[in-house]
Amino acid sequence: MKTLVNFFPDLFQAEVEETLKRIQSHKGVIGTMVVNAEGIPIRTTLDNSTTVQYAGLLHQLTMKAKSTVRDIDPQNDLTFLRIRSKKHEIMVAPDKEYLLIVIQNPCE
Amino acid sequence: MAPKPQKRKRTKHAKTKMTLPVSEEAEPLNMESMGHPEIYPLVLTTKTQEIFNCRVDEDVTEEQPYKLIKKEDIFVDFANRAAVSDFYPVKKIVQEYPGDELLLVYDRDFKYGLNFYLIGTEEGKENYLNPPELPEEQEEYKDHIPEETYIYRPPISKPWVSLGSEKEIEEESVKESTKQITYMISRKRSEFGAPIKFSDQNASSVKDAYIECTAYSDKNFTLKQLERDVGMQVVPQIKETSTQTRWTHPKNAATQYYPREFLEEEKEALGQSKTLTEFLNSVSTSVEIALQQNEIMNTFIHDWKCLAEEEGTFGDKTDTHLKEYQSFTDLHSLTEKMITCVSWHPVIYGLIAVSVAVRLSFEERVHFSGKLLLQPSLILFWSFSDPIHPQLMLESPDDIFCFQFCPTDPNIIAGGCINGQVVMWDITAHADRIENIKAGGSRSKKVTLKPMFLLEPESNKEAIYIRHCAVSSIESGHRKVITDIHWLPDTFEINRLGNVFENRSGISCQLVTCSADCTICFWDIRPQKALTPQPQAEKKKEESIEIPFDIPSTFLHLDLSWKPLSKIRLSKGETTLDHCPTKLSLSEDNLLFKAQEKILAQSKAVKAGEMNPYQNLENALSNILKPIDDFCTKFFVGTEEGEVIYTDWKMERDPETGRFMAKKPVSLYTVHDGAVHTVQRSPFYKDIILTVGGWNVAIWKEGIMTGPLLQSCCAPKRYTSGHWSLTRPGVFYIGREDGYIDIWDLLEKTHEPAQSQNICITMIMYIKPWTFSAKQQFIAIADYYGTLHILEIPWTLSHPSTNEVSSVSHYFEREVKHLEYVEQRRKIREQEKREMELELEKKKVTDFLIFWLHWIFHALW
Repeated sequence: MKTLVNFFPDLFQAEVEETLKRIQSHKGVIGTMVVNAEGIPIRTTLDNSTTVQYAGLLHQLTMKAKSTVRDIDPQNDLTFLRIRSKKHEIMVAPDKEYLLIVIQNPCE
Repeated sequence: MAPKPQKRKRTKHAKTKMTLPVSEEAEPLNMESMGHPEIYPLVLTTKTQEIFNCRVDEDVTEEQPYKLIKKEDIFVDFANRAAVSDFYPVKKIVQEYPGDELLLVYDRDFKYGLNFYLIGTEEGKENYLNPPELPEEQEEYKDHIPEETYIYRPPISKPWVSLGSEKEIEEESVKESTKQITYMISRKRSEFGAPIKFSDQNASSVKDAYIECTAYSDKNFTLKQLERDVGMQVVPQIKETSTQTRWTHPKNAATQYYPREFLEEEKEALGQSKTLTEFLNSVSTSVEIALQQNEIMNTFIHDWKCLAEEEGTFGDKTDTHLKEYQSFTDLHSLTEKMITCVSWHPVIYGLIAVSVAVRLSFEERVHFSGKLLLQPSLILFWSFSDPIHPQLMLESPDDIFCFQFCPTDPNIIAGGCINGQVVMWDITAHADRIENIKAGGSRSKKVTLKPMFLLEPESNKEAIYIRHCAVSSIESGHRKVITDIHWLPDTFEINRLGNVFENRSGISCQLVTCSADCTICFWDIRPQKALTPQPQAEKKKEESIEIPFDIPSTFLHLDLSWKPLSKIRLSKGETTLDHCPTKLSLSEDNLLFKAQEKILAQSKAVKAGEMNPYQNLENALSNILKPIDDFCTKFFVGTEEGEVIYTDWKMERDPETGRFMAKKPVSLYTVHDGAVHTVQRSPFYKDIILTVGGWNVAIWKEGIMTGPLLQSCCAPKRYTSGHWSLTRPGVFYIGREDGYIDIWDLLEKTHEPAQSQNICITMIMYIKPWTFSAKQQFIAIADYYGTLHILEIPWTLSHPSTNEVSSVSHYFEREVKHLEYVEQRRKIREQEKREMELELEKKKVTDFLIFWLHWIFHALW
């Protein structure tokens, strides 16, 4: 797979972009961002200051949620985190190395 | 008179003789003061009454109030009772009495002060018993009563009857229960008086010196607790420690940080990594499921809450009419006035300011100019509590056509005059006078108007005329009437070239005016830095101008020398004609509707002791300001010809001459058939503008250059004023020239007004709504005859329905799309037209060819 990457770097990049675009085009989605394990944003559709703020705060919250779930049951793990607020909903999909954060306005 | 010796009878009872302290010569009290020297009032106790048989109501009654008493009996009484005898005070009289019997009269009415009185003379007795015919006696004398002889009965001893008191006495008596111990202590005589030596001794050293009762725990009294209720908690191990830092002096410490970010290349590299794609692939399904869930249904909606409308109704929900609340007219003015501009006080409840101008045409003004000079042009402050007398009157050099309260300090007012001058007032000195008005004193709908002659002596408040603080320079300002004036908000400042800078002073210090001389001027209220040093002669002239005492010196630096910061001429291009602006709307204009909290906070800060920033305007100039980038410097202007112009105030360098020129307008539309008198931004949407002029209304969206979103058809009557509603995004009020007000509701009907209501008989000049609270919203309507009507807006017009904001914004979006569609269709139509023309051309050519061919064939054959 690595050689494939070297020969067709655009392939994977295109896939990444395409996935993100697809998510962004959903109805009501305000912003999408990909953040690494330390909370540093990699890809984002919002402006820099907002991205940095969301990344820092949500990264900490996700770590806390993950540790909570594992404290209760060590064989359990966090798969998805949804925060519903008055104005919109923040969805966080965690992984070993990355974090995908999507902000959606669910009201019609 | 020699005192007669007293007969003392020795009685059986041995009593100690009391020595009489009173001397024999003391005269008893008599009623000489009342003209009856023979009458001696006496008090007789019941005992005495019994002794002498003159008991009240038994022996001595109303019919027979007197009794003749033998002198000897009185002497017997003296002997028995001595000083205790009631007759003692009149002892002397009794002794001197010539006759045998004295007359004792019962004084039922206490005429002489006491319950009995004694007649001390024989003549008095005779007069009493046989009253003379003279009417000088007031009392009526009764008939004689037979005398009774007094018999002395000594007390008879009776056997004692026990009533049970001996038991109590026995209980109370003290008896010794034990025999008293007696000690006799003796000592040898030789030891008396010997010196004594005292020493200390420990009580325990001597045997039996004290008896001790040691405590011990008695087994009988110990309780064994069998059950115990104790709470337990698992806590982590806690260890308490403390430290002390070495604290020398306080030092400010600050931390500054910036977030960690990847560089572009790193981002790219990561973006291409395989792990990221795998991650996204695995995660995207769950994210999309979640997103779709939200799109399908909002699971968190409270159905019950969304079912009902908000809050209970106040008043009738079906009532949609504006209710008359109060109306104000200036009764003191001599000429007929009309109202030109209305503004509610941003902070104080119930206070509204109105500028009045004389209702004359230009020729009449010129004709009567002499008379007009004598009358002051005023801005009146009306309060709800007093419909007759304005609270304050601001004087100006000429009629004011527009004015506005400063958004950061409601005590500063700027107005534009008919002669082109800008006038400033500072009413800080009178601020407490208007603040303490009891608003709402007469809340009843009926205005109690008293006749004038009854009011004048009662009202102790005189009308205060406040002179203006500063006027602009006549030569360098506007030349014609100023039609609109606005304060720039305190978030930005403008310099001479129209570049925008941030405003560090925190106050609104700049104004913009537009006038009928086709210019728009920006003014700054701070003192201008002198570019050239002024010559000495001018300085001396300035010093000789004296200020009247009651004018605050806030704007003294501006008075008569105030020049605009920059002037923009709205020229029509190559022609010499210019646009004549009537109203402007800047991008941040809607702050006036919601400025109340900010002003309150600011005024509180001022009152707390900080310096009023308007008093120190020089400080504001010294800040070095940072320019604000990407600020929208465009604004809308309405003109006299009915055009709506969207132009820029930033100056640009003209390539030919090198000077700074005003930019050409971005867009210009002529939609109205008369002068545009209202250009106003919606309080809910920053980019929706309402323009009213002539016979129709137009709504624009900033940024859409193709035309208005909504343009109403011509109304039967001319529209003379308009205003957005402050609380409902789709409602606006339009005033007509016949005194009717049209209320438009964009969610109900867009082709005609939803409601029409008659307010007055003449043209409506100005409409201004204002919100005081959620329940009370008023609208001020000024008419041509100078009357200001205040009406209350009913519930239905003041409360938006749920989602009204989003509905109206959807409507506007649809209109924008409609405009785009129209634009596209137009293009398509043009293209089609071209194609059709081409077709026609082609057809013509082919027809001609065919015809020619036919002709040739025919010709050949």
